[in-house]
Amino acid sequence: MKKSALILVAVLALAGCSTPVPTPTPTETVAADSLTGTINVFAAASLTGSFQEIADAFAEEDPDVEVVFNFGGSSGLATQIVEAAPADVFAAASPATMKTVTDAALTDGDPVDFASNVLEIAVAKGNPGGIVGLDDFANPDKTIALCAVEVPCGAASAKLFETAGITPSVDTYEQDVKAVLTKVEFGEVDAGLVYVTDVLDAGDAIEGIEIDSAPVKYPIATLAASTNKEAADAFVAFVLSDKGQSILKAAGFGTP
Amino acid sequence: MSLAASISVPSRSVSVDVDVSPGRTLALLGPNGAGKSTVLQSLAGLVDNDGPIRLNERMLDGVEPEHRRVGYVFQDYLLFPHLTVLENVAFGARAQGRGRVAARAAATEWLERLSIGELASRRPPQLSGGQQQRVALGRALASGPELLLLDEPLAALDVEIRDEVREELAAHIEDWGGLTVVVTHSFDDVTALAADVIVLEKGRATQRGTVRELIADPATSYVRRLVASWSED
Amino acid sequence: MARRRSALAPALWVPAGLALGLLLLPLVALIVRAPWAALPTLLSEPTVAQALALSLGTAAIATAVCLVLGIPLAFVLGQSALWPAVPRRLLRALVTVPLVLPPVVGGVALLLLLGRRGLLGQWLPFTIPFTPAAVVIAQVFVSMPFLVIAVEGALRASDRRFEVAAATLGASRFTIFRRITLPLVAPGIASGALLCFTRSLGEFGATITFAGSFPGTTQTLPISTYLLLQTDPNAAIALSLVLMVVSVVVLLTLRDRWVPGVAS
Repeated sequence: MKKSALILVAVLALAGCSTPVPTPTPTETVAADSLTGTINVFAAASLTGSFQEIADAFAEEDPDVEVVFNFGGSSGLATQIVEAAPADVFAAASPATMKTVTDAALTDGDPVDFASNVLEIAVAKGNPGGIVGLDDFANPDKTIALCAVEVPCGAASAKLFETAGITPSVDTYEQDVKAVLTKVEFGEVDAGLVYVTDVLDAGDAIEGIEIDSAPVKYPIATLAASTNKEAADAFVAFVLSDKGQSILKAAGFGTP
Repeated sequence: MSLAASISVPSRSVSVDVDVSPGRTLALLGPNGAGKSTVLQSLAGLVDNDGPIRLNERMLDGVEPEHRRVGYVFQDYLLFPHLTVLENVAFGARAQGRGRVAARAAATEWLERLSIGELASRRPPQLSGGQQQRVALGRALASGPELLLLDEPLAALDVEIRDEVREELAAHIEDWGGLTVVVTHSFDDVTALAADVIVLEKGRATQRGTVRELIADPATSYVRRLVASWSED
Repeated sequence: MARRRSALAPALWVPAGLALGLLLLPLVALIVRAPWAALPTLLSEPTVAQALALSLGTAAIATAVCLVLGIPLAFVLGQSALWPAVPRRLLRALVTVPLVLPPVVGGVALLLLLGRRGLLGQWLPFTIPFTPAAVVIAQVFVSMPFLVIAVEGALRASDRRFEVAAATLGASRFTIFRRITLPLVAPGIASGALLCFTRSLGEFGATITFAGSFPGTTQTLPISTYLLLQTDPNAAIALSLVLMVVSVVVLLTLRDRWVPGVAS
């Protein structure tokens, strides 16, 4: 479970362990249409549902490639990659987190934007808190959850409020969108700010209220340290292909 | 001043009348398992007793141990390990409401009386067996009891020092002068410490009388054997 | 008589050494990789002092609550030796549940009970989540079992006959409790309180789930550290150092006499 993985990282961080040096995956030399091996795809948490669907569709084309996912907060994943965690592909939820990786010259070529996402207000089914729009977030009587500034969703939220000229009256900054949604679903907060894809992903328990917000671009890149570049490149190409794009669109993502 | 008790603890098969006169220490003599400790525990209120117990002018039936004014020297002393010797001896007085200073002053006097004044600030685990016994005695006496119970007072001591300690104990008890019951399986203890004896076998008294009467005319084979081996020393 | 060589089989040194390494080397790595030059700037951030003060304050209050509620529970648990087997074992198991529960699960459970729509929470005129009180409650939930078990263990090991002796000396039941029973379990209380405090200090999962995270109100040092790991690993390392130093200081200021075997 992603949450336990995040907490495990925290525990290890507090104990002072850096992530362990990875053992390399076996190198594959293959022909273009008979790819094999394993690829580790590090992807932002908001891509959980859609990327798993993409992996299933990808498996129909290249059944001998095993796609292993590591979903998590993009900033955490970027840190792991910089600390030499074994990754072949990185799909980030913001250009800023991808920049951490490109600054360390760890990508194979330039990243490509493959999707975009917009922020949306999330309320529990039936909107018991009576939230109308972004202005309600400034109301101290309403209980509000936002993503912590340190994660992309939080950074985007902060930017949004700045542009809109609203000072939100926040009650809690959660460590990722899932945590925000949990608080909303449980009724602990009246509203949270997450991505439109998260609202769709959460199903009936969560309703979304559209707001005017600038889309956040999602970049993807093959990593230089990858031991299976062919398969990694093929996966990235699939994400950018019509098939991949239609899956992303169905999940609520916008065009890159 | 006197003790008149009817000890009856059916669950332990003990049934014996116990009478103690002032100045005449009573010894409860018997083999292990005879019920001697049960008698002491009944007198102290640690075990329910079916019969009446009259101590001086008071009936002790249903009275809590802390209100009986019955001092108890346990076989393994049970000195409080986290308190100093002085605090142990002062414990009874303080528990009964005396101020700390007064209680400690009285305790110091008792320590002097028992010739262990220099041990005041030591802790029980640091003491020898003989020293612990004296502290236990001092602690019981300093709590101002009307009846003193001693459970096998010398059993925990090394054989070499027993004779010496026995003599001192006899002197201290006489010095105190109150009602005293000593439980023992040793005839040496009986002759040194007691004036009267009750022989307890399997929860019943098989002989009563003065020490002399016992020696002259032992009633059971148990007593006969004890007297015989004692007179050989 | 010749002196015997060490009774410890040589074969034990290897696993013992590995164990020691596993425990100490991560801390060594923390110290070595710490951004010593930047430390003063990193630590002078007001948010750091805020998080530290919150962590220490809530942990202290949680420990106090654990003592007030946990010691009587330990005594009840001690009495339960006289109960029949089923209720006794049930009580024991219930007391240790928070120990085996993943902290996040504990946080969810607290939310379901005391949250705005919680079983009890819905009837309360005030909200508990997102307040320092919620932090304390989360900490108490995860660390009270430590205290209860430590005190109960000390009770079981202590000789109850000292209480009998005290009674024959004229002490009332309360005097016995105050002057005999309690002092004799004091080492157990001290080590339990120490475990309680340090566990509360490091508590993360239940806290962030139940109390949320807001700087100064509910964002404790571990939460701060975790969030900083995302954007500023150096700052996270600095905070980790602070936590480590605080824990070591707590351990060292407790004297061996009070906490035998743990501090020295």
